[in-house]
Amino acid sequence: MPLKASERMKIPRQAMPEVPPDERRHHFREVNLGLPPEIASLEAKRCLACKNHACVAGCPVGIDIPGFIAAVEENDLEEAANILYAANVLPGITGRVCPQETQCEELCLVGKKGKPVAIGYLERYVADWARLNLKRAIAIAPPTGKKVAVVGSGPAGLTCAGELAKLGHQVTVFEALHRPGGVLVYGIPEFRLPKAIVDQEVKTLENMGVKIECNVVVGATVTLDGLMHEEGFDAVFVGNGAGLPVFQNIPGENLKGVYSANEYLTRVNLMSAYLGVQADTPVLRGQAVVVVGGGNTAMDAVRTGRRLGAEPACLVYRRSEKEMPARVEEVHHAKEEGVRFEMLTNPVEVLGDEAGWVRSVRCQRMGLGEPDASGRRRPIPIEGSEFEIPCQVFIEAIGTKANPLLTQATPDLKLNKWGNIVVDDNGMTSLPGVFAGGDIVRGGATVILAMGDGKKAAVGIHNYLSKATAS
Amino acid sequence: MFPVLKSQWLAPKVRRLEIAAPRVAARHRPGHFVIVRPYAGGERIPLTIADSDATRGAITLVIQAIGASTERLCALQAGDSLPDVVGPLGKATEIENFGHVVLVGGGVGTAVIYPQAGALKAKGNRVTAVIGGRSREYVILEQELTTICDAVYPCTDDGSYGYKGFVTGKLAELIADPALPVNAVITAGPVPMMKNVAEVTRDKGILTIASLNPIMVDGTGMCGGCRVTVGGKNLFACVDGPEFNAHEVDFASLTDRLTAYRDHERVTWERLHGDQAHQCKLQAALAEATTK
Ligand SMILES: Cc1cc2nc3c(=O)[nH]c(=O)nc-3n(C[C@H](O)[C@H](O)[C@H](O)COP(=O)(O)OP(=O)(O)OC[C@H]3O[C@@H](n4cnc5c(N)ncnc54)[C@H](O)[C@@H]3O)c2cc1C
Ligand SMILES: Cc1cc2nc3c(=O)[nH]c(=O)nc-3n(C[C@H](O)[C@H](O)[C@H](O)COP(=O)(O)OP(=O)(O)OC[C@H]3O[C@@H](n4cnc5c(N)ncnc54)[C@H](O)[C@@H]3O)c2cc1C
Ligand code: SF4
Ligand code: SF4
Ligand code: FES
Repeated sequence: MPLKASERMKIPRQAMPEVPPDERRHHFREVNLGLPPEIASLEAKRCLACKNHACVAGCPVGIDIPGFIAAVEENDLEEAANILYAANVLPGITGRVCPQETQCEELCLVGKKGKPVAIGYLERYVADWARLNLKRAIAIAPPTGKKVAVVGSGPAGLTCAGELAKLGHQVTVFEALHRPGGVLVYGIPEFRLPKAIVDQEVKTLENMGVKIECNVVVGATVTLDGLMHEEGFDAVFVGNGAGLPVFQNIPGENLKGVYSANEYLTRVNLMSAYLGVQADTPVLRGQAVVVVGGGNTAMDAVRTGRRLGAEPACLVYRRSEKEMPARVEEVHHAKEEGVRFEMLTNPVEVLGDEAGWVRSVRCQRMGLGEPDASGRRRPIPIEGSEFEIPCQVFIEAIGTKANPLLTQATPDLKLNKWGNIVVDDNGMTSLPGVFAGGDIVRGGATVILAMGDGKKAAVGIHNYLSKATAS
Repeated sequence: MFPVLKSQWLAPKVRRLEIAAPRVAARHRPGHFVIVRPYAGGERIPLTIADSDATRGAITLVIQAIGASTERLCALQAGDSLPDVVGPLGKATEIENFGHVVLVGGGVGTAVIYPQAGALKAKGNRVTAVIGGRSREYVILEQELTTICDAVYPCTDDGSYGYKGFVTGKLAELIADPALPVNAVITAGPVPMMKNVAEVTRDKGILTIASLNPIMVDGTGMCGGCRVTVGGKNLFACVDGPEFNAHEVDFASLTDRLTAYRDHERVTWERLHGDQAHQCKLQAALAEATTK
């Protein structure tokens, strides 16, 4: 007997079981443990299967959300997985890292009165089940004889490679680092996204015939031109991300103990510095750590600092908590783990001792003025409010820009004034046959948007190649 | 995998490795470097490409064993292989016809100037090399440089060979010679040496280029760990350099930043030299934790 809407509305949003804060701040294992089956079914019952399914419009890849949730309710997880995979090849990743509260869940009808359906949790639930229980047979079209190069193995590149392989194209992914995954492996920490999940997605691609060549910096090791004219690639997708760290340009940034979040997280995640003296790659721990920024990167850095033993681990942000772009869950988790929040505060100088080590950061309190172009209230320094926060490690997580390495080596590629690659509606750049997507086009954005771009470009490339054959 | 083709000692603790890396060899220009990992689970370290042979797809590295990673590399034999070699990275040396160029190399820095010597010669320069070592056995690549350069002056701190004293002493002599004015100086080696080279040429206004060696991670502009202060600005040595106008480099800051991980470096070195069985277990655990 199906439940009535009023009965469904009475079920409270189910909580995600997680490792207790006191325990997890000593290790890097995943915080969220995943929904147990009975809780997942109960959560699935909260979905009203609304006729106009508002939630779907909030998902950048348009997953049939009520469809997969209904399958979870019926405990047909295979069907649920098939629905997910039809729109999203990396649900185990997006279920964990999507900013659901500003996407699918923000538009969920149930959320208008109470708390929205936990779409992200359910997506993760299905994906995790599928990873363990489902042999996904991915249908691959007969070989087209076309070769496509993919630059970068972040979510944009991986998605594009997968879609192209399905269509029968021969795909090679070129990755600058020694390990594929992009931000998913060097940036986002294990405690939010276990590397094993990314590795398995990479394996799936390899099983589909995608070749992955690491240690190739396109623009240095090979050029786009060389790929197309010497190595015989018929098209290229550029998904090299926006990995150039931005520094505040304040005095004292070259003291020992100052890091970009990129460097700090890369040392800890990609290079395993969290293993301490057992790893060859070092990272400075420091008794106290201060991180500046308000996004996911800042949250990851400060929680990493906390796990490496910082007391206090302090987050400094120039606006108020409301304006922080980080996922709410991360903010919540950070607080639970004892991260200290200094809002409406901006670092103005890093101070050091005679031996060149960071001793403290001098900060200034901010007030909020009129809304600026982004619609957020503009922070204004308060005169005479300066104070020092003692620390040995200071991490800047104030954003990243497009890395010019590839684009400088490809002068014909049209860029906008921020150095991002300009693409048309099909994802094609100013160079015929060269497509692009993800952060290199959008500036720092999200995993799901990068995946959406990768998928769109794959369609664009397929059409481009089909036309080239036809003519 | 990148197989080691040849491996040989050049001087005490200085080894020359020839490695198969066809893509790197094809695009190598003097001044470029690579980042390598000595073993899966190891750290990423930068090394200058001392030579390349595009037809054989090989590059040459000259490595001085000063810590755990370089020691591991120096232990490699022909037939072994490296898991990761990426490059060529950095900006290539700007090779112009300067007239008379003096290349100043100290220790393994001599391996950095070696490919430059050939390219500068081909551009029509008169090329003089001043190469230093603690004592005779530490002077490397003298023969190779002699076949290219117009003059090569080995220098040893103890006077056991060639000029007695630091390379900067010899450089000052050369600059003082009115018969052969020096138009440009390119230097690579220990930071104090490069700093002193810059001091020798500063008043004379001779263009001086130094090849900097800050701590790096990715080598592609992604981490900012390699930042150096040049002309008052923070630049990323891996993409903006590693060669910069030596007169504008803040050598004090570079020297200081190079000491950031001294404690950790000592521990990894001790681990490498510690109990073998313990070592193996650690390696296995590490490899498991870090390989894909
Ligand atoms: C710490 C951190 C936390 C984040 N948290 C979240 C989150 O919770 N949720 C969310 O949705 N988004 C999050 N983001 C943003 C998200 O990770 C990015 O938007 C997304 O990864 C962009 O994907 P991409 O494929 O465009 O690029 P990337 O993931 O940046 O991948 C680019 C890849 O290309 C490689 N590359 C670069 N240049 C070259 C070259 N010249 N040749 C070959 N390879 C090259 C790089 O090494 C990298 O592997 C976070 C970002 C960071 C840094
Ligand atoms: C562009 C460039 C080119 C170089 N070319 C050569 C070369 O041709 N031959 C050669 O022998 N050496 C070269 N070096 C130096 C070499 O990278 C370091 O000696 C090596 O990283 C030391 O590692 P280790 O583990 O053996 O020693 P450690 O014990 O870790 O360190 C010894 C010293 O090396 C420096 N160092 C440590 N880690 C790094 C790192 N990741 N990056 C840079 N420096 C580091 C530190 O100053 C440290 O004090 C170059 C460095 C740079 C930046
Ligand atoms: S992919 Fe992201 S936005 Fe889409 S349904 Fe899943 S969690 Fe929501
Ligand atoms: S809006 Fe909410 S309740 Fe309606 S279909 Fe979507 S998830 Fe279900
Ligand atoms: S080594 Fe990371 S930016 Fe230069």
